[in-house]
Amino acid sequence: MPLVELTDVHKTFPAARGGTPVEAIRGVDLTVEAGEIVGIVGYSGAGKSTLVRLINALESTTSGTVRVGGREITGLKERELREVRLGIGMIFQQFNLFRSRTVWGNIAYPLEVAGVPKAEQNARISDLLHFVGLADKAHSHVEELSGGQKQRVGIARALATNPQLLLADESTSALDPETTQEVLALLRRVNRELGITIVVITHEMDVVRSLAHRVVVMEAGRIVEEGPVVRVLSDPQQPVTRRFVSTIVDDEPDVEALAALHARHAGRFVKLAFRGDDVRQSDVFAVLLEHGVRFELVFGGIEEVQGETFGNLTLALDGDPAAVDAAVDAVRALVPAKELPR
Amino acid sequence: MTDSNMSQLWPLFWDAAWETLYIVAITLTLGGLLGLLLGLGLYVTRGGGLYASRPVNLVLNVLVNFFRPIPFVIFIAAVQPFARVVVGTGIGNPAIIFALTLAAAFGISRIVEQNLVTVDPGVIEAARSVGASRARIVRTVVLPEALGPLVLGYTFAFVALVDMTAVAGVIGGGGLGNFALQYGFRQFDTVVTWTAVIAIVALVQVVQLAGNSAARRILRR
Repeated sequence: MPLVELTDVHKTFPAARGGTPVEAIRGVDLTVEAGEIVGIVGYSGAGKSTLVRLINALESTTSGTVRVGGREITGLKERELREVRLGIGMIFQQFNLFRSRTVWGNIAYPLEVAGVPKAEQNARISDLLHFVGLADKAHSHVEELSGGQKQRVGIARALATNPQLLLADESTSALDPETTQEVLALLRRVNRELGITIVVITHEMDVVRSLAHRVVVMEAGRIVEEGPVVRVLSDPQQPVTRRFVSTIVDDEPDVEALAALHARHAGRFVKLAFRGDDVRQSDVFAVLLEHGVRFELVFGGIEEVQGETFGNLTLALDGDPAAVDAAVDAVRALVPAKELPR
Repeated sequence: MTDSNMSQLWPLFWDAAWETLYIVAITLTLGGLLGLLLGLGLYVTRGGGLYASRPVNLVLNVLVNFFRPIPFVIFIAAVQPFARVVVGTGIGNPAIIFALTLAAAFGISRIVEQNLVTVDPGVIEAARSVGASRARIVRTVVLPEALGPLVLGYTFAFVALVDMTAVAGVIGGGGLGNFALQYGFRQFDTVVTWTAVIAIVALVQVVQLAGNSAARRILRR
């Protein structure tokens, strides 16, 4: 049974005065299995924030059903929804910590709401502070913390009631690159050591690459593409997905870059797509050498995601035209190859 | 200056100072509480609020806007019939306390509302996301998060109430303002007027300093 199951979910916000209603979610089907990390990517306004707020019932659906842990949450009473929310942790882009409380008090809040006895609260908070590496900051006030520390408090607070599911709403978008890696590493530990399912929403493909197992791409309130991260990164289908993937994986030089490269390099340009470990680059290079073709790598790169290698390499091939023809045919038999225009 | 009556008026001065203090203390407590409830009502019923309700918000706004612009000296006269019913008399300190409490409640409600809207909606969402009820969020998030500015707001209200007590004399109420008007202004006794003025300024200064320092401690700045 999936942990989260959305079936044909629609969400329309009523019109603001003088405006038109906003269709934030337009028919989404989504399942999240227990134990996985799902990355939801999309540009601003794609509906991803609304989608996670439907999962923890901070918003109600206009139509369609949302199930969490097998329980249908559409149509539950406010009191029942509060129970559901206790079982789902959430962290935020701006951390949303209580400034009126210390680090300790922030982590205590969900436990107070859940009615956990004081002694049990203390033990739990102490454990959580150690888990997120902030034991020495227990009695600090929020404004004394760095951004990374604030988010670690946010994570500790979200985990306080032992949720099965953690929702991360742009949780690293306000952090610098180094701190982002620190927080992502902590989220990986949350998933691996505590077995907590994580749904991250982000516009940063890097976060998806380093954290998620599966990626869901949203555009205009719909899911336009989804699949294992390696598959989507190595072979994006939709234009929006390709735009996202191009932010971290080189595909081929654009028109301007191509012109500049041609000015500096002789010969024909061929883009080769490497997927997985079936065909090694050395095999391809060996074929080129056999045909007596001189080659040079002019654009591209090789990525490693979750133990799988892939990438796109653009080579400039130079030599006797007939030999180059033969070499390109031979290479095509090994990997997908695309001739780039002059 | 030598013909001032101040030397004989000290007992009356201390009575007046005490009257100002207890009128303001009682009205700040009662009016402050009513104003807090009214201000909370205005805040939670706003669009997007915890108990968003356009009709309730509209009613509260009309109510507050109806009473708040009335100059206090006229307000005293306007609510005098109600004072007779509620506190049993239309004159003297009880009637002044009644009028001042009402006026304070309406004024303070806006101060409260203004301070509560500055609470980051993000922390309210964080509290909702852990399953806190709306009443709990008001009690454990909204009010504590806004406490620093609220203390400053109530300090401001204290100063305004001291100002408003000055006209208590119109229905026979006492206090430093009345003392200054009756024994200073009407007797052309500048020393008496200024003695009352300095006492009022000193009182306001002390309370403002206390309020500032309390707010600073709460905000830890």
